[in-house]
Amino acid sequence: MLESVPAAGPGPGDGSASPPRAGQRVRTPVGSRPVVGALARGLGELLITAGFVVLLFIAYELWVTDIFAARDQHRLHTAIERTWSRPAVAAPRTAPRAAVPVPVPVARPGDGFAILRIPRFGSGYAPVIVEGVTTDDLRKGPGHYPGTALPGAVGNFVVSGHRTTYLHPFGDLDRLRTGDPIVVEVADRYYTYRVTRSEVVAPNDLAVIAPVPDRPGVRPTGAMLTFTTCNPKYSASTRLVVHAQLRATTMKSRGLAVAVGAG
Amino acid sequence: MYGWLWRQLPGGPAWRTFLAFVLFVAVTVVLLFVVFPAAEPHLPFAHVTVDQPSAPT
Repeated sequence: MLESVPAAGPGPGDGSASPPRAGQRVRTPVGSRPVVGALARGLGELLITAGFVVLLFIAYELWVTDIFAARDQHRLHTAIERTWSRPAVAAPRTAPRAAVPVPVPVARPGDGFAILRIPRFGSGYAPVIVEGVTTDDLRKGPGHYPGTALPGAVGNFVVSGHRTTYLHPFGDLDRLRTGDPIVVEVADRYYTYRVTRSEVVAPNDLAVIAPVPDRPGVRPTGAMLTFTTCNPKYSASTRLVVHAQLRATTMKSRGLAVAVGAG
Repeated sequence: MYGWLWRQLPGGPAWRTFLAFVLFVAVTVVLLFVVFPAAEPHLPFAHVTVDQPSAPT
């Protein structure tokens, strides 16, 4: 098949004449050839370079951002362990003892304040949740929506995280099943939430982060948790949302395994 | 483009190769640490939050 194609050209009659003619056509316009050639070569080199830049950007998104996030998470873990090991600031004696659950104090934007553990994602999965959902906050780790409830508190504890970049903390959010435990670790206790449902919504569907998810304006009576991330993977045309409900609170002295099984 | 660049570099072939490599590394570093982090928020797949249509994500 392939050999019949070149054979057809030089084959009958004028075959000997056509190759020189093709060569001449390139060579004859003496002045224009170097300019056109240089332009074509420059354009070609530019396009090849642009292709490599795009490839480098993909590599950056998929792997280099992981390195940045791993460095940030390491720092956050160090900082949060130091904060938690420090003896708690003694509350004034006159203050009434808060009922369980005790909300953790609001962290400064970008600071870590809780550790997320999802057994479905493996025992090594322990990203530090930071306060805030700006671009810089989310580059460090999953971010807590300012103004939504704190872990363990009545209302909706809303956390957003990257799906494919920056260590993709929410990369496998679609693998969560109803009833899966989600443990949020704070200074002295674990809050065990269990997945109630997941949904795919439009990027501007603010109802999912309402105190009672999907029912804005309704007064909350329970403690909920909501995760949001982009969907589908490598795109952002919609958002994947997972809801969970607080089922148990376990003091840290009893261990993580108890918290995972609780509720 | 690259031919022109090669002719601008001083020195012999070995030195030019070295300089070209240094230039390549410099451009890569600028892309990775300055250009890409700045461009990323304008691309869609980093958007993970739910927001008002007008609000930046």
